[in-house]
Amino acid sequence: MSEIHSQRDLAYVRTEEAPAMPAPLTISGPVGWMRQNLFPTPLNALMSVIFGALLLYVIWITLDWAVFKAVWTGEDRSACIGDGAHGACWAMARAKFGQWMYGFYPFTERWRVDVVAIMGVLALVPMMMPSLPYKRANGIFLLGIYPILTLILLTGGHFNIDLSTWLTIGAFVAAIVIPILLLGFVAKIIQPGHALIASAAIAGVVALLLVVMSIDFGLPFVETSKWGGLLLTLIVAVTGIVASLPIGVLLALGRRSDMPVVKLFSVAFIELWRGVPLITVLFMASVVLPLFLPPGTSFDKLLRALIGVALFSSAYMAEVVRGGLQAIPKGQTEAAQALGLTFWQNMGLITLPQALKLVIPGIVNSFIGLFKDTVLVGIIGLYDLLLIVQAANTDQKWVAPQTHSTGFFFAAGVFWIFCFSMSRYSMFMERQLDTGHKN
Amino acid sequence: MSVTTGIDGPPKVAFFNDPRVRSIGVQAILIAVIIFFGWQMVQNTLTNLERANIASGWSFLDTTAGFDLSFTLIPYSESSTYGRAIVVGILNTLLIAFCGIISATIVGFIVGIMRLSKNWLVAKVAEIYIEVVRNIPLLVQMFIWYKVVLAALPSPRHAWSIADTVFLSNRGITIPKFIWGDDAWMIAVAVIASIVAIVVLRTWAHKRQEATGAQFPVFLTSLGILFGLPLLTYLLLGSPVEFEFPEQGKFNLRGGVGLVPEFAALYFALSIYTASFIAEIVRSGILAVNKGQTEASYALGLRPNPALRLVVIPQAMRVIIPPLASQYLNLTKNSSLAVAIGFPELVAAGGTVMNQSGQAVEIIVIWMVVYLTISLLTSAFMNWFNSRMKLVER
Repeated sequence: MSEIHSQRDLAYVRTEEAPAMPAPLTISGPVGWMRQNLFPTPLNALMSVIFGALLLYVIWITLDWAVFKAVWTGEDRSACIGDGAHGACWAMARAKFGQWMYGFYPFTERWRVDVVAIMGVLALVPMMMPSLPYKRANGIFLLGIYPILTLILLTGGHFNIDLSTWLTIGAFVAAIVIPILLLGFVAKIIQPGHALIASAAIAGVVALLLVVMSIDFGLPFVETSKWGGLLLTLIVAVTGIVASLPIGVLLALGRRSDMPVVKLFSVAFIELWRGVPLITVLFMASVVLPLFLPPGTSFDKLLRALIGVALFSSAYMAEVVRGGLQAIPKGQTEAAQALGLTFWQNMGLITLPQALKLVIPGIVNSFIGLFKDTVLVGIIGLYDLLLIVQAANTDQKWVAPQTHSTGFFFAAGVFWIFCFSMSRYSMFMERQLDTGHKN
Repeated sequence: MSVTTGIDGPPKVAFFNDPRVRSIGVQAILIAVIIFFGWQMVQNTLTNLERANIASGWSFLDTTAGFDLSFTLIPYSESSTYGRAIVVGILNTLLIAFCGIISATIVGFIVGIMRLSKNWLVAKVAEIYIEVVRNIPLLVQMFIWYKVVLAALPSPRHAWSIADTVFLSNRGITIPKFIWGDDAWMIAVAVIASIVAIVVLRTWAHKRQEATGAQFPVFLTSLGILFGLPLLTYLLLGSPVEFEFPEQGKFNLRGGVGLVPEFAALYFALSIYTASFIAEIVRSGILAVNKGQTEASYALGLRPNPALRLVVIPQAMRVIIPPLASQYLNLTKNSSLAVAIGFPELVAAGGTVMNQSGQAVEIIVIWMVVYLTISLLTSAFMNWFNSRMKLVER
């Protein structure tokens, strides 16, 4: 180019870059956001207005009922009756709160429930955080020691174990230990040393358990019919999930087995429970199960419901675990076999750890389902959270127009908090475990 | 000194290490355990029933029931038999399942599509609906409908109405009643004829498109035939079907068909609860279709509407239908919660029979057989559907 047009000659040409103008208000900032996301077309604008109004209306009604018009203090029903009382009767909820949490658990013994709850939370929270160590020790505590502590604390321990019970349990232990010893010393399938250790461990743990159960800790006995409220709901849910995992894993393995009888049994068991509603299972557990037992034996109503819930949820768990097992490539099993691992070594060390890790979100989802299903135990007369909330309406001291709605709102809120946080946790785990194939 | 070469035959294995022997052994033990416990259970049950003086067997089904049911599709009175009460229950279960499935599907699809809307507020409202409804137990929702919402509705005297045909009050829903005239069967014939005509039309239109490429508006024509032909018959015959509209009386609604509040509560709760699950299924189904599919169909010259109808939706349905069927099954099973509010479906009616007659084992067997039949039919359908819809790969 020619030298004439030096920059000095062209005074009207900028020498430095102009600063960038802010984006026009129509595409940036709150206004721009609203134009893009709420009012891009007339139809969209109309929908935004309709749904916005709907949302505000629902929020307003809820707040108006639950906060602005609510009655917060009062000694009895008179506070919640009258012209001003068109909102929630929180005074009733405050008076009944203890009952809704603990059921009919004796007032002076409620600290035992608190101890169980605090211990559970303290053990569970580190378990749920993937970054924290000591998972194995924590797991042993949660699945091995914690249930026994809970049982002793909640019932009071000091079980009256008579001679016949000792003999029955002893016979059961013998029925497990003698085959192990035979396999070790006669057939020599298991190493004799291992067989000896295993049988000693089984017998020792059972004996220790029985001894611990029969020790008198000086705690008054609280029968299960006094348990209720959120306590009962959580007991049913937690027992259901803990019992369903091992049974579910066994059923899932059985369903994938090459042995026709085992496979048929597992498929029939799973499909039977999955095909019927939980309420029929609970009716069966409460009405028909006692018929199946030898005449004269009677056992706890809560225990019967727990058995029903555990069998029912283990069928669902089996299908979740089967999904995980199917996702593990066959090469893993083949590699384990090539290394000389037995079936159970392969399952315990190679396949199941991978499969279970894959289906943690599914397990949490089925836990959410189970947790919601626990309200059905109210139908067979166990005072879970929902039933005890309804019981407030039969209390002459508190019966008022808003008693029902306040109770249901409270129960719905409690269930929602539990289920929603579990579903968020499952999403979090899904992200944690997603180790690749990001697109 | 002989050297074992290992080529003479398979190495010797102790018999208990032979997989076949082990497998037979395990199965034999399992069979023995099952037979033992099964036999124990049967023996105990027989002894227990004998002690309680309950005769097992099915003869109790012919006994007079002596209780009334609040909602029946077939004639039923206190003097009917236990067997008839159970049939009433089965029909009510099927009715509530049918009604619930239809409305849950409609609401679920609408909410699922709303959740994918580009409009932030619409998507948010759908998300809030799903997250709130899905995480509250169905039974709690049912009680809220029954004891809070429906109980707060006005009395029949001040009932809310939709164009004076459908009334909503604290006594439930009242809808017009159909009174079939003598020639009403002709309308049914017309419906069947229109379905046949649609099938013929579709085949013809498909053949014509294959041959000439010309398209025919099959959907609109079919819709016209389906509604037009029966309507024409109805008018030509001089309105053989009459509607008995409910009228507001002083204390109650006269005429029409009343659906009890229990039915209404169950219906609303089941539809709205299941719809939240269906919405998530629909959303994930639509998201599961690769974006490349839409782009490829545009590249082939399809306009957005045919691209959606011919390419995206068929592929989304492949993902949607299996979980959808299991939600339908769940809805049917969940209808058993009616026992808590006293709507006489299978479990509630059976429960009353069980309490009155003491025939617990038989009633449980009936429950299980009915629900297992429904669920096995659903899984049979699913297997058929999966094999038909399976992606054909190399």
